[in-house]
Amino acid sequence: MARLPHSDGVAIPRGLAAHNLGFSYRHKRVLEGLSLHLEPGEWLALLGPNGSGKSTLLRLLAGLVKPTEGAVYLEGRPLGSYSSWARGQAIAFLPQNGGYPEDLTVEEVVALGRTPHLGLLGRLGKADLEALEWALTQTQVAAFRHRRLPTLSGGERQRVLLARALAAQPRFLLLDEPTNHLDLHHQAEFLGLLAGLRSLGLGILTVLHDPNLAARADRVAFLLEGSLLALGHPAEVLNQPLLRRVYGPGVQVHRVKDRPVVLLEE
Amino acid sequence: MHTPALTTPKRRVAAGLLPRLSAFAALLVLLGLGGLLGLWYGAVQIPAQEVLRALLGWQDNPIITELRLPRVLGAILVGAALGLSGAAFQGLFRNPLADPYLMGSAAGAAFGVTLAVSLAGGLSGAFAQHAIFGFLPSSATWFGFLGAVGAVLLVLLLSGGASRTHDLILAGVVVGSILVGLTSYLMLQDADRVRAVFAYTLGNLAFISWQGVGSLAGYLLLTLPVFLLLGRTLNALTLGEETARSLGLPLEGLKLLLIGVCTLLTAAAVAQAGIIGFVGLVAPHVLRRLLGGDYRYLLPASALGGAVLLLWADLGARVLVAPAELPVGIVTTLLGGPFFLYLLWRERRRYG
Repeated sequence: MARLPHSDGVAIPRGLAAHNLGFSYRHKRVLEGLSLHLEPGEWLALLGPNGSGKSTLLRLLAGLVKPTEGAVYLEGRPLGSYSSWARGQAIAFLPQNGGYPEDLTVEEVVALGRTPHLGLLGRLGKADLEALEWALTQTQVAAFRHRRLPTLSGGERQRVLLARALAAQPRFLLLDEPTNHLDLHHQAEFLGLLAGLRSLGLGILTVLHDPNLAARADRVAFLLEGSLLALGHPAEVLNQPLLRRVYGPGVQVHRVKDRPVVLLEE
Repeated sequence: MHTPALTTPKRRVAAGLLPRLSAFAALLVLLGLGGLLGLWYGAVQIPAQEVLRALLGWQDNPIITELRLPRVLGAILVGAALGLSGAAFQGLFRNPLADPYLMGSAAGAAFGVTLAVSLAGGLSGAFAQHAIFGFLPSSATWFGFLGAVGAVLLVLLLSGGASRTHDLILAGVVVGSILVGLTSYLMLQDADRVRAVFAYTLGNLAFISWQGVGSLAGYLLLTLPVFLLLGRTLNALTLGEETARSLGLPLEGLKLLLIGVCTLLTAAAVAQAGIIGFVGLVAPHVLRRLLGGDYRYLLPASALGGAVLLLWADLGARVLVAPAELPVGIVTTLLGGPFFLYLLWRERRRYG
């Protein structure tokens, strides 16, 4: 694993990295001593039961919340030292229940993703329009670019929101349960899109509930009570003893085509 | 790093330029027509040529230059202020039912004016009755303005800044209720005050002076650049506050700035014309249907739309029970209420 030397003597990994990260909210510790990193071109799935601190970790990595201990590093520099615009250009964030605009067209929504490159007043230039086209094409939403979001299906809408995140041409993409309200087909379709984006050098972090979806990622980080329980290849992390410890004795892990398949028996 | 596919964009983002231009043109035509009718129509009949000559300064006619012209301009400016603040608040609170008075400015203005009348009431009842719009315009409007600004500042203080939008709405409701209670208490002290303050709360454009027109125009010119600057922020806010911040927008400061300019405009409007309902709610709502939700167009359109709405409502106030007049706030409420219900009903049918 490539590591860059850092001024304080600690080796900070390239990519987007959490270093000894801790976060407390109203004297309650949500995260503690957490270190992990997201490499360019990899898909890391964040797994864990409700309340394990997944969403908080995602917000810390996106720079939306300041850590109470430790730090987040973006390409070797503390995330806090970046301007908010530079941060927005590097890291795109898609919250779980961000809501969607009802009165904007698909194209207008996706264009909002260019905001970090435009500032407060800037107009869309040639590079911005190209990025817009690219995002619309990557997510296959160009065909209904002039429709408004309430007229789209759930799967189409989620692809539009992904296009919005991509329009900034970020280097890292953080998604909070992006497949939550999608049916089985659209879950597979959406995660397939994400998998394809890796080849462009994009580092992707997804919070997921379902271990079977997380099994498709390159690596899985398992969070429990604010600490990292396991981190590694899905086949290693998603093992029966670990999952039984977290979800109860009814968990069974099978293997289909080298991929772990998790079942829960009552 | 990845680069975008080398495709030249075939369609520009401003695809809806023509409908937008025609909507703006239609609003301008309605504004011009309403303005001319407002100058021409009145209790004293004045031929159109004379109206024109008075406007051009070829002929002295105080009914046109001292009564009707400031009234027409006042309606346009107050309507524009309410339309702008309404659109901005609907975007800020991400609620299509938000109106410019949401953060307590109307209750604050009413309290301020009641206080002014109470203080003047020590002189004589008859004097107090005219104090608001007649003999003491500057002090009453100042009290109204300061009341509105003070109420919003109190709301900001109680909710600890602008970061939590729900707290702002709650604090706005609480501060508004307390101020209404205090206003009612002051009003109960003297029947004459009740009448004067009641007239004020209904909203009236008949008493706007050239001085009032100047102050309204000043506040609009002062805040207009800020609104143009904030269009993009309001657009990004439709994605939710967290997403807007993740896009790099310094949201806390921008929200305070937005509340600041909306409060100045609303305070200036209510201080001059009283509390005119529904204009700041209906104008942005209708234009959002026509133009879409891009605030860079919706904000200026709502200013025009609010101006058109209030101008024509004031014509209605002058025509409906002629030769008497209705307070314009009654007209906007009676017309705006049912129309808004119709919009909501249509919306529900559309989205099931």
